[in-house]
Amino acid sequence: MKRVVKHRLFWPIAALVALVAVNTISRPAFLSVTVQDGQFYGSVIDILRNSAPLMLVALGMTIVISTRGIDLSVGALMAVSGAVSLTIIEASPDPENLGVVLVAIGAGVLTTLFLGAWNGFLVAVLGIQPIIATLVLMLAGRGIALLVTGGFITTINSTPYQFMAQGSVFGLPFAFYVSIAAVAIVALVERRTALGVLTEAVGINPEASRLAGVRSRGIVWGAYAASGVLAGFAGILYSSNIMAADANAAGLYIELDAILAVVLGGTSLAGGKFSLAGTVIGVFTIQTLKSTITFLGVPPAVSPVFMAAVVIVVVLVQSRRVREGFARIGKALSRTPSQTRPDAEVAS
Amino acid sequence: MPTDTEVQPVVEMRGITIQFPGVLALDAVDFTLRAGEVHTLMGENGAGKSTLIKALTGVYPIDGGTITVAGESRIFRGTADAQTAGISTVYQEINLCTNLSVGENVMLGHEVRTLGRIDWRATHREAERYLETLGVRIDTHSLLGSHSIAVQQLVAISRAMVTDCTVLVLDEPTSSLDRGEVDQLFRVIRDLRDRGVAILFVTHFLDQVYEVSDRITVLRNGKLVGEYAASELSRGDLIAHMIGRALDDLAALSDTSRRQIDRESVPVLRAIGVGRKGVIEPVDLDVFEGEVVGIAGLLGSGRTELVRLVYGADRADSGRFEVDGGPARITTPRNAIDHRIAFSSENRREEGIIGDLTVAENIVLGIQARRGWLRKISHSEQSAIVSEYMTALDVRPADPNRAVRNLSGGNQQKVLLARWLATAPELIILDEPTRGIDVGAKADIQRKVADLSAQGLAVIFISSELEEVLRLAQRVVVMRDRRIIGELTSADIEVDDVIDFIAHQGQESMA
Repeated sequence: MKRVVKHRLFWPIAALVALVAVNTISRPAFLSVTVQDGQFYGSVIDILRNSAPLMLVALGMTIVISTRGIDLSVGALMAVSGAVSLTIIEASPDPENLGVVLVAIGAGVLTTLFLGAWNGFLVAVLGIQPIIATLVLMLAGRGIALLVTGGFITTINSTPYQFMAQGSVFGLPFAFYVSIAAVAIVALVERRTALGVLTEAVGINPEASRLAGVRSRGIVWGAYAASGVLAGFAGILYSSNIMAADANAAGLYIELDAILAVVLGGTSLAGGKFSLAGTVIGVFTIQTLKSTITFLGVPPAVSPVFMAAVVIVVVLVQSRRVREGFARIGKALSRTPSQTRPDAEVAS
Repeated sequence: MPTDTEVQPVVEMRGITIQFPGVLALDAVDFTLRAGEVHTLMGENGAGKSTLIKALTGVYPIDGGTITVAGESRIFRGTADAQTAGISTVYQEINLCTNLSVGENVMLGHEVRTLGRIDWRATHREAERYLETLGVRIDTHSLLGSHSIAVQQLVAISRAMVTDCTVLVLDEPTSSLDRGEVDQLFRVIRDLRDRGVAILFVTHFLDQVYEVSDRITVLRNGKLVGEYAASELSRGDLIAHMIGRALDDLAALSDTSRRQIDRESVPVLRAIGVGRKGVIEPVDLDVFEGEVVGIAGLLGSGRTELVRLVYGADRADSGRFEVDGGPARITTPRNAIDHRIAFSSENRREEGIIGDLTVAENIVLGIQARRGWLRKISHSEQSAIVSEYMTALDVRPADPNRAVRNLSGGNQQKVLLARWLATAPELIILDEPTRGIDVGAKADIQRKVADLSAQGLAVIFISSELEEVLRLAQRVVVMRDRRIIGELTSADIEVDDVIDFIAHQGQESMA
């Protein structure tokens, strides 16, 4: 039991389980899934589908944060990729053609790859602080998106494009497969190769890594480029869901949700060690919380307060210091002497 | 000068026990500190010195024993409690605000107030007064960060004076100071002692212990070995107490410095007129196969700057390199690594270890970086390399999956050495590899360097401890004022000769 509690994902998972439990108690139908026309329906299925854009963005954010950085531009990049893709589809004579849609998606993602690489250039080559470097595109990105759409909200009709966010495969939403694929690919690239550990090394100690011969510039650059690509795909999913490129609303504040998901998953904002599994759990926690808010009928005007309150509780539960504080109080009450101590540092 | 135990103890620690998970860090240790004495705490890394200090300064709660300060029994729940009791600490890493002025740092929290508002002029005057009692005359309006570590340390001490401390704890204060700075610090320490302050001093430098201490307490493996008057404890006995055995093995190493080197062959590395404006004047340097070249010189003489250029950590703006006889471009660490040059920085924590990664990950990092991220070292290959080097260098604890930051300094240094040896270099540059580490680890590292060079590895060895340089190196390059002033053959010289050489090539630098 002790080993389970010590596991670094114990508290993130505990928070998610607690949230699901609260939902199930207040609404027994929460966990139930119904089958209709070979498709699954239910709150859980909705959460799996709706969490996809955040999942993609948060994966990229995890890598960027691991390098001691942060990417504020992801929301704006979502707007850009949606705008590029939809503009191409709208302009094409045959929006229903799968080839056209694939080209449009490719163009949208390539654009955000380029913009992500720009972020990486500012941070890795010019040495600009990540928060400032990515703030540029956070502000300018939506302008670029508006430029692409000519200032309008582009809407389209295209069955293949719509399928991205709204279609199903084997009864489960296609968007869910996209997020599973993204998790698998990122995990494979980071953990099957040495990229993950080199990224962590750069995030923990950039100078020591440089002297050890790690090509840190390329690693940091790549992290922002990857974040751009993932944000691009997230933008495609978002615009596919509403079949419109809304430069102002697409991915609004998603960078904050993504950062929150990363932190809830146990990755430190100070950089270094990261946990992709933790981020996945963090994303599901946030999405579950959002659906809880909707279900409980919290008025939209006050929902941020509700969300903030829950987030504070979750973060406090994960804080070692707070837990130790409670443990001390508990110990004082039960008066059992303890032999353990925090910070097991074998000091001289 | 205090003579004996009749002086009333300021601090009495009795039976101090501290338990970490799985480790008994302190086992019923007694420690007594008297007013007007400099009391040095000695022991290898992991002996419990830091833990004892942290118990006294309220960082760690104690699991057993009593702490009495000025006759009053105390329980410290935090550092603030210890400060209230008059115990001030100056740490190895200065913990002041480098972005505030000197005066603000000295007086922080004790600013002079008139009618509730801070009177900055009076505050700075006060700060000046405190600094002057320590013999420091600097502009109190200047930023603390603009001063050397030595001055910052003195500022930290005067800050302790402001808080009216009766006990001053100095944890490794001299590890990054040069000789002149150490002398100034010691003058201040002796002055404070004469004013009745009880001083607890921790250092790794054996010379310094005898220079300044009245009394020495030795710890080993969390237990008290004994308390001795400094004048009655010989150096050999002290070392024997610290490591629990006599240290004869180091003497055997002295043969290394007499080994004949074939200097007719092509040098592994040759630097011709390599320099960097404002950092180091153009110098020539060559290193041959199997040779250990020592670099001697005071701190700030350009030793580190020189090897950083050779490694490409900083870019040389003049001169050229030859590796194995062919021209080589070395402008980044990667270039140097590709030419099979390795470099272990003097700054172990900032520029060496990757603290949160495991010992194993730290060891294979050098190889992995060379291979690139796409070709990950397989698990079996990693464990083979890691266990080979952990055994060869006797890294303790022998757990490859422990985060390297939890290791003692000496073992961290061994991990760094392992990282570089695993890349099979032809030349390894070791900048202060034995600084701040215990005697046992020091001997291990010296022995390893001697063995490797005998097998043909070229080594550039920098150390502030001249004995060590003379013991290992066949040739000593002497630096001063950011240039090379000469070369000595170490077989026929003593430490004093080197010091003499540094001094007599011009008096201005010794001022």
